[in-house]
Amino acid sequence: MLDYITSYLKSDLTPGSAGNLFWAFVYIVLIFLGLSVAVIAMNWLERKILAHMQVRLGPMRVGPHGLLQPIADALKLLIKEDIMPSAADPWVFWSAPLLVVITAFTVFVVVPFGPTHAVTDMNIGVLFMLGVSSLSVLGVVMAGWASNSHYPLMGALRSSAQMVSYEIAMGLAVISAVLMTSLNNEGTGTLSMIGIVQAQQAQHVWFAFKFFPLGLIAFFIFAVAMVAETNRAPFDLPEAESELTAGFHTEYSGFRWSLFFLAEYSAMIAVSSIAVTLWLGGWMRPFPNALNGETWDLVFSLVPGLTFLLLAAITFYSTARMPKHPYFKVQTIGLGGFGAVLALIGVALFIPPVRDRVQDIFWFSAKVAFSMYMYIWYRGTFPRYRFDQLMKVGWKVLLPLGIGVLVLTAIAGILF
Amino acid sequence: MTDRTTIDRTTIDRTSHLELEQHDKTFLDSNELIINMGPQHPATHGVLRVVLKLDGEKVLGTECVIGYLHRGVEKIAEHRTYTMFNPYVDRMDYVAAVSNGLGYCGAVEKLLNVEAPRRAQYIRVILTELNRLASHMLWLGTHALDIGAITPLFYTFRDREEILKIFEKYCGARLTTHAFRIGGCSYETYDGFEREVKKFLDFVAPKIDEYEELLTTNRIWVERTKDVGKISARECIALGVTGPVLRASGVKWDLRKAQPYAAYADFDFEIPVGENGDTYDRYIVRMQEMRQSLRIIDQAIGKIPDGPIMAKVAKVMKPPVGEIYHSIEAPKGELGYFIVSDGSTQPYRVRVRPPSFVNLQALDMMVRGALVADVIAVIGTLDIVLGEVDR
Repeated sequence: MLDYITSYLKSDLTPGSAGNLFWAFVYIVLIFLGLSVAVIAMNWLERKILAHMQVRLGPMRVGPHGLLQPIADALKLLIKEDIMPSAADPWVFWSAPLLVVITAFTVFVVVPFGPTHAVTDMNIGVLFMLGVSSLSVLGVVMAGWASNSHYPLMGALRSSAQMVSYEIAMGLAVISAVLMTSLNNEGTGTLSMIGIVQAQQAQHVWFAFKFFPLGLIAFFIFAVAMVAETNRAPFDLPEAESELTAGFHTEYSGFRWSLFFLAEYSAMIAVSSIAVTLWLGGWMRPFPNALNGETWDLVFSLVPGLTFLLLAAITFYSTARMPKHPYFKVQTIGLGGFGAVLALIGVALFIPPVRDRVQDIFWFSAKVAFSMYMYIWYRGTFPRYRFDQLMKVGWKVLLPLGIGVLVLTAIAGILF
Repeated sequence: MTDRTTIDRTTIDRTSHLELEQHDKTFLDSNELIINMGPQHPATHGVLRVVLKLDGEKVLGTECVIGYLHRGVEKIAEHRTYTMFNPYVDRMDYVAAVSNGLGYCGAVEKLLNVEAPRRAQYIRVILTELNRLASHMLWLGTHALDIGAITPLFYTFRDREEILKIFEKYCGARLTTHAFRIGGCSYETYDGFEREVKKFLDFVAPKIDEYEELLTTNRIWVERTKDVGKISARECIALGVTGPVLRASGVKWDLRKAQPYAAYADFDFEIPVGENGDTYDRYIVRMQEMRQSLRIIDQAIGKIPDGPIMAKVAKVMKPPVGEIYHSIEAPKGELGYFIVSDGSTQPYRVRVRPPSFVNLQALDMMVRGALVADVIAVIGTLDIVLGEVDR
């Protein structure tokens, strides 16, 4: 048994590919936990960042700087009364959030956090991700239909139309990236998520900058389509608050609603992961070719630790600025403790064996985090599209652009 | 969708005609959907209920059901003396309470045949224009929020706060100010009033640019507002629509110029007008009006004349028998007071001509054939306050 566990450590495959169920299970648990923490963190970060964009403070009461606010919210949602409208279709109403949340989590099976840090490596990885994540529209439609109410129904109709039409532009952008993977001596492309990153490594370029500006346009198409795909501002029509109150989940509350919330944020992380893998070099650190050599390797390998130390420094600074009143004593200690934990993690990340192992995960997460920040930024900046305009952008702008980029990429691939 | 057995028609009050029509049909008869927007809805600015008849996303017809905020303000007036009724008018358009007060005081003054002193007139103009700014800021924030831009709301509320602070310092109240009294002003300006207003003018001018930067050329904003809720000048006049909505349709009609009241004749300002009468033009007109208000305040603040702030008015007011109509340009349009006096201390009848109520009539015409999202945009652009619609 121990052999079974340790034998994997020597392999350079993902647990799924190596056929090691134990480590696959460990990875699944880790990803599940990590994702839940990420969603909680995103909840807090979104509220804070949005608040600072809007000249207000955001959550400040539960814990220092509202750090415990997401946990308080989660608890509140869990202990809320479970309400199901009497006119609702119970089974569909019950299964819709489950479907949404399951699809949102399942896609992470193929997300490569590093060359070996994925549950498994499928040869149809991208297809799997797109396929499974687009199943979530089914859950949304089910939720809207089962609620047996006007606003959810309209939200569901909107979201189904929206998700279906943006999926096409998204697919075209993905194909042009996949096409770029085939530009090697053998001429073999790949749909495997790990294979795509390795192709970028072999070609010494992130696909976003390949055949400038073709890669960038494809990335742009995907970046727009992924916002629409996840129903976020400015494409948040299915849950347009000012029009449809809450859209497809108007009738949901408590735990069921929190499942939709969880699914929305993990879907955001999932599509961001696809974008990062396909165009931003996945787990690779910035400038692997321009700034190569041992010195640069060392400099970049210190970044994860330094990032955490910086976070710890910010936390300590905030701790020092906490009010001196005895009422805030517990909060001050808590914030200081949080800073200490961050500092400890930062220091631990400098230890060479740890340092080498977390490199991939750190750079991948950093890129995804950047993409998540963009989501929040959009939300703070843009008004909402109208339904017909949304369709116009999808079908008349992104689709022709996607086809054009695809054709030009193919031509460029032959010429260069 | 409606389960016909559970709805007893007689038990539902305020059932709209659209809904009654729907009841006569079965589910299979029609592809149309009747949706109740409001009275509890995030974008109906209070307790407006709009019954929408939809074909998919397309609006086939609307019907406004109002009265959820009815307090009988006009009836209350019949049992109060002229002075006692003064605070009540603040509760109609509560985001532009100063304008309401100005209109009412002006009407009663006309009835009594007194005129407020020059100094009071200038203070009135300054406060009313500040209130116009506050009202437009609130409109901009909520209108942008309805269209999905959440950030301008917080910017406008931050800056509106400065205006409310000035009000609070002047009369102790922020929203329902009751700043004016029949015959003049209740209060003398506080020390540093002029300095603070001047400081506010310098503070707010770049802020208005900031709002415009966020919205005016924003592609999505322009797409959402251009050619949405169009209304022609002819239709506006036919419906009695006034204020920025009328001006955005190209009619240069502003009571401050057309029949100057208070001290408006002394000031130099322009009436911004639009061309297309769409939501974007109304937005531009209101933004320019904010700048014009700044101009008026800037002119007024430098030359507030000295003198008394109250005219000689009897403690117990008994206006002569007669009737009077006095209207002013409130932020939302023509706000008129029709007062009938029977010679006693209490008015025989007070009728308010509220701009929100009249402008709301145009909603159906403006959104017919548009999409659901446009209904929200149009409700926002009409700038209604339900306290004033229902009274």
